[in-house]
Amino acid sequence: MKPPGENAPSVEATGLTKVYGSGNTEVVAMREVSVRVERGEVVALVGPSGAGKSTLLTALGLINPPTAGSIAIGGVPVMEGEQALVNLAAFRRQHLGFVFQKANLIPFLNAAQNVQVALEINDVPPREARKRAMELLDYFEVTDRAHHLPDSLSGGQQQRVAVARALANEPSLILADEPTAALDGGRGRQVMELFRKVAHERGAGVIVVTHDHRALDVFDRVVEMEDGRLNPSHR
Amino acid sequence: MNLAAQDIRHNVGRFVLTAVGIGLLLMLVLGMGGVYQGLVFEATQLVDDIGADLWVVQKSTRGPFAEVSRVPENLEFRLAAVPGVQSAKSFVAHTIQREHRGKPLRMFVEGLDWPADKGEWLRLAAGRPLAQGHYEMIADQILGLELGDRVPLDKDVYTVVGLTKGMASSSGDGMAFFTVRDALAVQFDVAGESARLERAARRSRAGKQDFGRVQPELLDRAGGPSSALPALATPLVSAILVKVAPGADVASVVSTVSAWPDVTVYTHEGQRQLLLRGNVDRARRQLGLFRVILVIVSTIIMALIIYTLTLDKTHDIAMLKLMGARNRVIVGLILQQALLLGVLGYGVAYYIGHWLYPLFPRRVMITTDDLWTLAGIVVAISSLASLLGIAKALRVEPNKVLS
Repeated sequence: MKPPGENAPSVEATGLTKVYGSGNTEVVAMREVSVRVERGEVVALVGPSGAGKSTLLTALGLINPPTAGSIAIGGVPVMEGEQALVNLAAFRRQHLGFVFQKANLIPFLNAAQNVQVALEINDVPPREARKRAMELLDYFEVTDRAHHLPDSLSGGQQQRVAVARALANEPSLILADEPTAALDGGRGRQVMELFRKVAHERGAGVIVVTHDHRALDVFDRVVEMEDGRLNPSHR
Repeated sequence: MNLAAQDIRHNVGRFVLTAVGIGLLLMLVLGMGGVYQGLVFEATQLVDDIGADLWVVQKSTRGPFAEVSRVPENLEFRLAAVPGVQSAKSFVAHTIQREHRGKPLRMFVEGLDWPADKGEWLRLAAGRPLAQGHYEMIADQILGLELGDRVPLDKDVYTVVGLTKGMASSSGDGMAFFTVRDALAVQFDVAGESARLERAARRSRAGKQDFGRVQPELLDRAGGPSSALPALATPLVSAILVKVAPGADVASVVSTVSAWPDVTVYTHEGQRQLLLRGNVDRARRQLGLFRVILVIVSTIIMALIIYTLTLDKTHDIAMLKLMGARNRVIVGLILQQALLLGVLGYGVAYYIGHWLYPLFPRRVMITTDDLWTLAGIVVAISSLASLLGIAKALRVEPNKVLS
């Protein structure tokens, strides 16, 4: 796989359309959406329920291919319509990070192992993976919870571990789907600020789907989606 | 990091309980093989231990272990005269069921050709071989008798002077060894009144014949004991055991004896095969079928367990796939758990069986071959059982994590 270009945008999608069903049951979830996120940029994706935000996010995350349009990540063309141009699993492994409303930590692995597994999946040797996992937990100030199972972590701690896991392989693009929905206002803002810190310090592009308008000031740009279309919004 | 091990550590109680359940099933699979090996051992140990090269039995019968065989005792002298024969001795075998101390006592009676054979070849666990021609017996521990026990059988009382361990017939009855004379007496001696009635009947029959009327002395002889009637049959035994002289050609002796019209001869291996192809073969097929069914049941149960464990992890598997995990990581997680379940079950089967099998009423013999075979079966059924879970896991889509 060609390494992503250093000066290329984190992600560039052009004319993305997603149609579910056909004939009378046809639903257009996303129409001609084009979006570009630079490295180090933190973008909020807002809009009412059913606007197509999650459809766009999963399309950019290479887990729900668009019906039409193209996607390039880090300068590498990866999707052309429904056609994958690269090995999607391998590409996700190396260049994408995901954070969800629920932390989705693996319940039988402790905090450090949840980060470590993302590295080992990407062929980082176990010893090195353990070291880097601890560094990331330290960065997100959850080192003292490193050997605790997810069950015994608070919601905020779980989400910080999830962010650490998303960052483990230094992805060029981080996609977050309502990562603060399960957190109170203060903790939610902390997580948003964490994304900003990560984007700026590590040069990753970050797209966050959110309904939390109180923390929009944290983002470099806010993009609004409605009826499957993207409208640039002011901040 | 081993994901399978981490998952098991997280659910160790459930996993161990499942392994114990699988282990008990595998113990039955192992036990079935052990019961069969035990049957073979019990059926053939006497034939193997007694050391006869040839078994000479009643014409057209399959020998004393398969059916009733009666040959005259003096056949041993005829056989001893055959070139190449080192020795020939009588052998008696039959099953009796009596009562001892208020409980049924069922035993497989063996007659030893005293004084040539005192039972020295028996593997005694306690006591000694026979030391006199009458009223002593060697019993197997299965019979529940102890050294010094006095066992009344018909008119006589026999003292237990030796104990063997694990010597049973193919039907599982413990063996008891007597001299040939005592073994015959135990089965064939009749009550005094029966003897008197028989003598009176003989005298009456002889009195109706010409020779009885012309020679009155014959009537006196007919009314005497059977042993004093030379015209009547000599005592009958079950078989004559022949030992071929060192260097002599067994086939040549067999050829000579086979030509006799009143007996059938089997080699040691022939007698062994008769035993194995009779009751033991039917038991082998029966146990084999049970074993196959148990293996299938174990596989299905393991498959359902692994499938359920996989279903529990669907969300985690989706997350791993979202992170870009290769299929081999997912397959490895499930296959390793299945194999670990099998290996733990195998261990449970081995240790519980080791403790439980000796309590079974019939001998259960676990051979190294059986252990290796079961190990192979465990690996095969674990792998097979994991297929359902693997198929499910590979179908999980990464976007499942969003649901």
